[in-house]
Amino acid sequence: MAHDATMGQAEAHYTTTGLDHRKILMWVFLASDCLFFGALISTYMVYRSNVPVGPGPEELFDIPYTSVSAFVLLMSSLTMVLALAALQRGNSRQARLWLLATALQGTVFLGGQFYEFNLFVDQGLTITTSVFGTSFFVLTGFHGTHVAIGVFMLLTLVGASYMGRLKPKHDLTVELVGLYWHFVDIVWIVIFTVVYLIPS
Amino acid sequence: MATAEQQAHTEEHPTPRTYINVAIILTVITIIEVAIVIVEVPSVILVSSLLALSAVKFAFVVGWFMHLKFDARLYQALFLGGLFLAIAVLLALVALFENFTLPGT
Repeated sequence: MAHDATMGQAEAHYTTTGLDHRKILMWVFLASDCLFFGALISTYMVYRSNVPVGPGPEELFDIPYTSVSAFVLLMSSLTMVLALAALQRGNSRQARLWLLATALQGTVFLGGQFYEFNLFVDQGLTITTSVFGTSFFVLTGFHGTHVAIGVFMLLTLVGASYMGRLKPKHDLTVELVGLYWHFVDIVWIVIFTVVYLIPS
Repeated sequence: MATAEQQAHTEEHPTPRTYINVAIILTVITIIEVAIVIVEVPSVILVSSLLALSAVKFAFVVGWFMHLKFDARLYQALFLGGLFLAIAVLLALVALFENFTLPGT
């Protein structure tokens, strides 16, 4: 079914490579986003020990709490890929449920991040307190923005599905949103390790 | 013109069962990561283990969930090219500013 759907799209859009340009574009975008996050992560690594005023990472980070957030985002990748698999099997209803579950997990992650940011501000760390604070909030804030955009795209797909506009022949659309979502997840795998787990 | 797309799908995509198994592996790795931080192992072992475990998780998500292992080589080249460039930039910046400290820190 997946093969048929993909082949159908490849025939509908003639390309010199034989590959769908939308998917190529998504991979190019994700590659460029690697550089974007690479720059932000390296900036954080350079500045995280520079805490002239305000609390530092050791005083702020709650590893068990962040681990739960990381786990939720990790599991959202599973539900995302199950949504795509369900749609490719022709089960639109099940695909919709998995998409909804993915969006909910993304929302839980965002809620967790909002709570964590508030906690840090209460403890004296804002974006202007120190270069550590600036690099931390910019890095995790940009990641959170990516998650929020992903949740919006997922809810758009759920809405389209409810209106009967998301059919198995649209599996490439779900795959592209899925690629973006998984990318958000792999960026968090790196941030979770480099920012939270590895001591400065 | 579907030849490249056919080549892109020479290997069968994983089944939902495989995805669940990958998710279980990812969960176990996350538990190990948190455990070695809590147990407090020597710094060198801690950092190298965390980076290795993180790389394994990264590879599982990209390879299986993003299907890059089963997709066309062009996709692999595009993504891995950007990724390796990002890692090179990161290492270069960290090496350049290794001894950088702000006044008053």
